[in-house]
Amino acid sequence: MINLKIDGRDVCVPEGTTILEAAETAGINIPTLTYDPRLGPCGDWDVCVVEVEGRLDFPKASSTVVEEGMVVRTETPAVVNVRKAILGRILANHPLDCLTCPKSGACKLQELCFKYDVKEATGVKTREERPIDDTNPFYYSDPNKCISCGKCVEVCAKLQCAKVLSFVEKGPHKYVSPPFGTAIAQSECVSCGNCVSVCPVGALMPKSKEVFRYWETEPVRTTCSYCGVGCQMDVLVKDNKIVDVRPADGPANGGLLCVKGKFAYGFVNHPDRLKKPLVRKNGKLEEVTWEEAFDVVVSKLKETKEQYGPDSIAAFSSARALNEENYLMAKLMRAVIGTNNIDHCARL
Amino acid sequence: MTNSIAEISDAEVIFAVGSNTTESHPVIGARVRQAVRKGAKLIVADSRDIPLKRDAEIYLKIKPGTNIALINAMINVILEEGLEDKEYIKNNTEGYDEFVEVIKKYTPEKAAEICGVDPEDIRKAARLYTSTPKATILYCMGVTQHLNGTETVISLSNLALVTGNLGRESSGINPLRGQNNVQGACDMGALPNLFTGYQPVNNPEVIQKFEKAWGVKLNNKVGLTVPEAMHKAEQGEVKVLYIFGENPMVSDPDTGHVEKALKKAFVIVQDLFLTETAELADVVLPAACFAEKDGTFTNTERRVQRVRKAVEPPGEAKADWEIIAEIMNRLGYEAKYNSAEDIFNEIRTVTPQYAGITYKRLDKEGIQWPCPTEDHPGTKILHVGKPTRGKGLIKPVEYEESPELGSEEYPLILTTGRILYHYHTRTMTARIEGINKLAPENYIEINPKLAAAKGIKDGDMVKVTSRRGEITIKARVTDRVAENVVFIPFHWGYGANVLTNGELLDKYCKIPGLKVTGVRLEKLA
Ligand code: SF4
Ligand code: SF4
Ligand code: SF4
Repeated sequence: MINLKIDGRDVCVPEGTTILEAAETAGINIPTLTYDPRLGPCGDWDVCVVEVEGRLDFPKASSTVVEEGMVVRTETPAVVNVRKAILGRILANHPLDCLTCPKSGACKLQELCFKYDVKEATGVKTREERPIDDTNPFYYSDPNKCISCGKCVEVCAKLQCAKVLSFVEKGPHKYVSPPFGTAIAQSECVSCGNCVSVCPVGALMPKSKEVFRYWETEPVRTTCSYCGVGCQMDVLVKDNKIVDVRPADGPANGGLLCVKGKFAYGFVNHPDRLKKPLVRKNGKLEEVTWEEAFDVVVSKLKETKEQYGPDSIAAFSSARALNEENYLMAKLMRAVIGTNNIDHCARL
Repeated sequence: MTNSIAEISDAEVIFAVGSNTTESHPVIGARVRQAVRKGAKLIVADSRDIPLKRDAEIYLKIKPGTNIALINAMINVILEEGLEDKEYIKNNTEGYDEFVEVIKKYTPEKAAEICGVDPEDIRKAARLYTSTPKATILYCMGVTQHLNGTETVISLSNLALVTGNLGRESSGINPLRGQNNVQGACDMGALPNLFTGYQPVNNPEVIQKFEKAWGVKLNNKVGLTVPEAMHKAEQGEVKVLYIFGENPMVSDPDTGHVEKALKKAFVIVQDLFLTETAELADVVLPAACFAEKDGTFTNTERRVQRVRKAVEPPGEAKADWEIIAEIMNRLGYEAKYNSAEDIFNEIRTVTPQYAGITYKRLDKEGIQWPCPTEDHPGTKILHVGKPTRGKGLIKPVEYEESPELGSEEYPLILTTGRILYHYHTRTMTARIEGINKLAPENYIEINPKLAAAKGIKDGDMVKVTSRRGEITIKARVTDRVAENVVFIPFHWGYGANVLTNGELLDKYCKIPGLKVTGVRLEKLA
C-alpha cells in the first residue's frame, strides 16, 4: 500500500493507483472533462492537472501513479490558472452558443467554464466550419463542437469494438468521423449510441423529438425492457415523458447499451398505445369501461370452467412482463382456475 | 447462464454456437469482442455469416440442424487426442463409458460431411476449446429451436463435462435468453409443469406446500405448452385463451394454424398495442409498459433487477399485475396486493432461490439467484467444483436429419433469426421511426449462386413456399448464407412463420423446430 497526502488528507491506496483514483477514495473530486474509468487516462489537454510537491510541472491526475510520501494539492491558484488556460484554448475552437445548444446543462465544458469563470477564448480559432453529419437516424455529429477528446473513438473501438470512428486530420483540423471522412450512414455503425453517451459536449447528440433542458429532467434508474442482457439505464423524464436514456454502470452492461435500449424508447409514448379496454361486439372491437371488460372476462372464465372444466382454459404468460406478473398469472391459473395450462414463449 | 455476463470479457476461449450474439444480445456481443481484443480466441459455429465471423479464429459454417454432429465430433477429437479432463470425468460425472461408444462413430470426417465443413477445422476447434481452463460456451436459439434442441444442449453439456470446463470463473455453459424476462417467467413458474423455483407440479410434497401457501386444492396434471394449447384450441378442446404480452400470430410457427386456433377460441389479449393477435381477440385489455410500473426482471445471468416507474400509463391502461389481481378477486379468490413489492414478498416465501432477495437489497444492485437468505450475496457461478446434482450426467446423443429435409419439392433449408434493430414481433420497435429507417422491411437472404440459377436479382420479389403456406418477400442476395440455405428474420408478421412447422416439436421441451424448414423458391413474374 502507498501512503500519500492529498489536500492535507492522509490517503492510503494500493500500488499502481492514479492520483485521480486515490483522490476519489478520499472523497476529493478532481475535475476532468473526459475521465472514464473504463478507458484509462484522459486526453493530453484535459484539465485534471494537479500540483505535486517537488515537481515543477503540473502532472495529470488521471495518468500519474501515486508514490510513497507524495504530497498532492488539487485546487491551488496555480492549478486553477493552468485549468483556466486549457479551457480558454478549447473555447477558441468551440462555438459559444450555450443559449441554444441542447447539451446545455449536461455539458462538461460549460460546467467547468462556469466553475472557473472562463468566459472568453484564449488565442485564435484554428478550425474552419465543417458540416454536421446527420445521416444516422438516431444521432448527429457536429464537428464544430467537438473538442477532440477522443472518448467516442475509444468507446467505439475498445468497448463497443465496432471501430467506426477515428480521428480524421485535415490540415490543422482534427475531427471525428468514420474513416476517410465518410458519412456515418455509410459506415459499419450499429447505432448503439455509446459514443453519444460519453461525449462530454454537444458534438455527438441524440436526435430528440422533444424540446427540453437537461436540468428539467428527472433520471429514473431502471432495467432495459428489450433483451435478456438486462442493461441498467436511467430514463430521463420531463413532464411525464421519456426524453432521453443514459446507460448506467450495471453489472451486465458496464455502462453500455445497444440501439434498442438507448434509442428505441419512443413506443412508450406512442399514440397507438391502447388506452381503453376493447370488447368484440357484432364482430368489431369496441371501447368499453373496465367494469364491462372485467365482467365479460370473468363471466366467460366462470362459465367455461363450469361447463368444460378448468383444463379448457389456457394462458400464455409473458417473457416481457415482470416477475411479479408472471407469478400472479401462474397463480391465477393454478389456484383460481385450477389448471396448469400456463406457458409463455420461452421457446420462441 | 452458469456464469455471469461480465466474466465473458475475461474468457480466453469462447465457443459461440447458434448465437448471433452481436445482434440478439448486443451488449454481450460487445463483451465477446472485448475479450477478443484482450487476446481471447473465438470459435463460431453458425449456419450464416453472422457479424461475429470477423472476430472468429475458427469459423464453422454448418448446415442448419447439424449442431450435434459437430459437437460430437469435437468430443471425438478430444478423446482421441487425450485432451479430456480424466480426473473431472472420474469424480464428477456418470454415464461416460456408454457415451464413448457413441462418440467413436463421430469422426471429424463423418461430421464434416454432415455439417458441410472442413474436418481439420473441427479438430482445431476441439484443440482450441481444451487449450485453457477459461473456455466458455455461449449458445442461443440456433441450438435450441430444433427438433433435437434438447439433445443439442445435452451434447454441449457433454462437451463441457468431459473437459471440466464448467463451474469456474469465465468457464461454463451459457444459454443466452432472448427476451428481457424469459428467465424470470421460467423462474416464476409460467410453465405447464413447474411452479415457481422449478418445483414440479406433479410432486405430492410440492403440491402440498403450494396448497398450504395458496389455501386451495391444486391440480397435479401437467398442463399444456403454447404449441399444444394452440392445437387444442384449434380442435375446440381449449375454449378460452388468455394471452398477455405475447403475439403468437407473429412469433409462433405456422401462422395459418395459429389464426384458426385464435378464431375458434374465446381470446383475451392484454398488451400495449393492438397486435396482430389482439386484432383477432374477443377482449383486449390495455396494459402498462415497463416504464410505467415498479417491479423486477431477471436477466439471462439470473440477476434479479429492479424496474422502476418513470411515467404514468396512457389513458386507462393498468399494470398487468393489477389487472390479473382484479380478475382473481372477481373470481372469488382474495388477491390483496398494494404493490408489486407485496407480490414479490409472497414469491420469496414459496421460491427458495429468491428467498433472500428483497426490494431493499435490490435498490443498490441486482442479485443473482440462488439467494436463499437475506445475508447471502447471491450466486455468480453455478456448478462450482462439481455439478449441482452431484454427478454430471454424460448422455450420448445422436444426430438425426430433420424430416423437413431431403424432399424434392422443398429442397432448400429456411432458417430464421433475429436482427439487431427489431425486437421480437416488432410491437415496440415498429413504432420507432429511426428503426424503421434502418430496417424498414422484411427480406429473404439468398446466396448469389442460387439467385443466379433462379434468375433472381437483389431487390426482386420472390415467392417462398413450404408445406404450410407461401409468402412473397424481397430478395437480398448475399453469400452470408450457403447455396442451399435461405434466411428470413422472424420479426415481421405474415412472414417467416407462415412457412415454419408448428407440428414437429422437440420431444423433451416441445420447442418447435423453427431453424429448419424445407422450402422452395421462385422468382415472381
Ligand atoms: S453509435 Fe456505436 S457503433 Fe456507431 S459510432 Fe457510436 S459507438 Fe461506434
Ligand atoms: S465528438 Fe465528443 S467524444 Fe468525440 S472527440 Fe469530439 S468531443 Fe470527444
Ligand atoms: S440495451 Fe440492448 S443489449 Fe442491453 S438489455 Fe437492452 S436490448 Fe439488450
